[in-house]
Amino acid sequence: MRGITKRFGDLVANDHIDITVEPGEVHALLGENGAGKSTLMNQLYGLLQPDEGEILVDGEKKVFRSPRDAIAAGIGMVHQHFMLVPVFTVAENIALGAEETRGGPLGWLDRRRNRRDVLETSKRYGLPVDPDALVENLPVGAQQRVEIVKALTREVDLLILDEPTAVLTPQETDELLAVMRSLAETGKSIVFITHKLREVKAIADRITVIRRGRTVGTATPDTSEDELAALMVGRDVSLEVSKTPADPGREVLKVSGLVVDDDRGVRAVDGVDLVVRSGEVLGIAGVQGNGQTELVEAIMGLREIRAGAVELEDKSLAGRTTKQVLRAGVGYVPEDRSLDGVVKDFTVAENLVLDMYDRAPFGNGFALNPKAIDESARERVTQFDIRTSSPQSTVGTLSGGNQQKVVVAREMSRPLKLLIAAQPTRGVDVGSIEFIHNQIIHERDVGTAVLVVSSELDEVVGLADRIAVMYRGRILAVVAPDMPREEIGLLMAGVVTQAEDTE
Amino acid sequence: MSGVSTATVEDLAEATAPDRFWNRQRRLGAALVVIGLIAAVIFGSLAESATARFTISEDAEGAALSINGQLGAILFGIVTIAAGGALLAGVAKRWQTTLLVLGIVTFVFSFLCWQVAGKFLPLVDTASGSLELALPLILGALAGVLCERSGVVNVAIEGQFLMGAFGAALVGTLATSVWAGLISAVVGGVIIASLLAVLAIRFLVDQVVVGIVLNLLALGITGFLYERLMQPDALKYNSPPRLPEWRIPGLADIPVVGPVLFETNLLVWLALALVVVIHLGLTRTRWGLRTRAVGEHPTAADTVGVRVRGLRYMNVLLGGVVAGAGGAYFTLVSTGAFNKNMTAGAGFIALAALIFGRWTPFGALGAALFFGFAQKLANYLSAVGSPVPNQFLNMLPYIATIIAVAGLVGRVRAPAADGVPYVKS
Repeated sequence: MRGITKRFGDLVANDHIDITVEPGEVHALLGENGAGKSTLMNQLYGLLQPDEGEILVDGEKKVFRSPRDAIAAGIGMVHQHFMLVPVFTVAENIALGAEETRGGPLGWLDRRRNRRDVLETSKRYGLPVDPDALVENLPVGAQQRVEIVKALTREVDLLILDEPTAVLTPQETDELLAVMRSLAETGKSIVFITHKLREVKAIADRITVIRRGRTVGTATPDTSEDELAALMVGRDVSLEVSKTPADPGREVLKVSGLVVDDDRGVRAVDGVDLVVRSGEVLGIAGVQGNGQTELVEAIMGLREIRAGAVELEDKSLAGRTTKQVLRAGVGYVPEDRSLDGVVKDFTVAENLVLDMYDRAPFGNGFALNPKAIDESARERVTQFDIRTSSPQSTVGTLSGGNQQKVVVAREMSRPLKLLIAAQPTRGVDVGSIEFIHNQIIHERDVGTAVLVVSSELDEVVGLADRIAVMYRGRILAVVAPDMPREEIGLLMAGVVTQAEDTE
Repeated sequence: MSGVSTATVEDLAEATAPDRFWNRQRRLGAALVVIGLIAAVIFGSLAESATARFTISEDAEGAALSINGQLGAILFGIVTIAAGGALLAGVAKRWQTTLLVLGIVTFVFSFLCWQVAGKFLPLVDTASGSLELALPLILGALAGVLCERSGVVNVAIEGQFLMGAFGAALVGTLATSVWAGLISAVVGGVIIASLLAVLAIRFLVDQVVVGIVLNLLALGITGFLYERLMQPDALKYNSPPRLPEWRIPGLADIPVVGPVLFETNLLVWLALALVVVIHLGLTRTRWGLRTRAVGEHPTAADTVGVRVRGLRYMNVLLGGVVAGAGGAYFTLVSTGAFNKNMTAGAGFIALAALIFGRWTPFGALGAALFFGFAQKLANYLSAVGSPVPNQFLNMLPYIATIIAVAGLVGRVRAPAADGVPYVKS
């Protein structure tokens, strides 16, 4: 790819990027969230068209108007959000778009041949998949194998993997890295998009670092993690969260025997007991989709509790509305800020009082007090370092990190007994991550009980004073953050050994 | 929960909280017991103790199934109660549907025994009448299946019916050809469908709103032309030939089934064939696989090179063809002339059949037949002067749909991307 430029309005997502991928190499594309890695690869896969620049395959200039063209040129892509139809079988998903048929006007499907192709590819590359399983019943790791097999049955020469490890346990990640290595050995090229340094160092033959839409350097795997991180973010960052030892006090949140169902009515939280004390951070580690979301929603009164109790300082929260829970002194940073955290078309000032609009001084339940709202907003914007042109700008115009700061600022502006932060730094730039982490620790130090849920093990380890590992709706163990990562990783995969013991 | 294979934790996977006692099966069972009691007690006590005759031959005196009305009402009511009781007691899941159907059917029988006691009900006429009344519903619901499985909500079936009926009447009369009429009906349906397709797929207008607007458009255009053109000179513009009834020798001599299925018009055979063709098409062909993919997860389909919008256009237009043919029923089969707003909401009942039939061709067929039977029964009851107001039976399709959508009869799940326009990010 040569001189690729892509703009979205004023934002230049890719600014004259050059990248070359050799046959048989694993090429890592390293960069922060929002650096433009996925945008670049979506152009290579024909999902987006570059504004400038050209794509060459085997020295030949190509124009990809749609993924169809890219597939024809031997390019396959495994997307960050899997492109699988949940109600289809594995074989149907893999066949889709490249079906074997026995002719006829509508194309009579040759299911046996489709199925056989799946099994053959699966066997050839050592990627076990069950062709007859429904995709919605498969765990994410298996879904990802399906995605890879799907690309491989199309006989691709170049496979793009977009953040493939985000949803995997450390063990599954290792397996995936091994698969990538063996694919490269058969002569296939792999582009591996990630922001995780450890994985890059483990697998890549070459590394291209992208920052704010530009190539800022290429590196080899022997470059140190600190150097790569510095390239990625443009300055030296501390990956560790600095904090003093916790001073846990009384029990603030007590959850016992909690049972919650997910949207499909499948049990998501299956008998969870946990305690969060004042002045400590309890981190919940686990691969996404193991009930963390439902657990938090149940505490917040956003989801029906099927059994068990949730108590805040000995008062039951079960059956309360979300508003009552918030008023009881709970701060909540939701995991999907654009869905639950902010109203993008509202101004920063309005978003900052979403929870307090009907209370003095911001309003009296009937009319708002714009002056008080504006004054308080200016204060928060300074205090929480929210980079916005004015408190009257709509939140949608802010970067992800600054949107998240708006949420954090709002939630921390009330007197809190308990702070729940779910994926507090997802899609947030490194600078803001540091800031938000420090705010969370500050909240702990003033005596608030803090519950942090994150699928980033680094984040949990950095923030938490105790770590609860969640797997398939249960807390498998509560461990100290200095426990070896490999063991926490095993727990995240559901493997319990004798050594650990639940509290 | 199975399918995940980390051996060490399987023992952890069992649930801690008990499932609710009143699960769906028990709720259904309780409902059946209640209606069974109504049947056995109320129908039984109201029914005359006279013979109810269900005649098989075409005249009233011939062969018939006979039962004492009161006894029948009570007996069938008891069977309904038994079916409900079995569900309440907790039977295996695979028996659930069978028992549910058994309970409902016996409830209907109990009702019939009460109503028919001392009289007779011609079975052949009832069956063929139900099928005929179901005919537009089948075609309309199939049109809905084609559109909605590819992700476009089709509320405009009513408008497609009207345009089809109008086109068939006008062109059929002018050309004095029933086939020209049928083709024009198809064209009428496609006109509405193409408007729906362009507005919904190209211009991303809310699909329900577009559907309603198109219904009003069709009502307005056909109503205007009817008053200005057809009413003043009905002979010249509004007396189309009727679809001929064909009789297949041999097969038509089978009792009951023969006269219903093999001595009828082309449209019936077309509709029944389409049910099979669309079912096989959706489940067994490349077109069907891609259609379902586009209706469930269009982005996934796009990333493997399926033309999402193109496929949606095609399916919406195909739906127009089928719904237009359904419109032909009203003028070429039923009445023999166009009338203002003559479809009278049949398009919406077809929509109900689509949902009640869970977006599948055979489900739609079953629902349409059920609704057709209810309508036929309503006609019969008012003819024999039953104390039950026939409006109650005419309400049935809507009540059944509300029950279906409320999730009482199994899980009703629309295609995931139904009604969501596809915009490339």
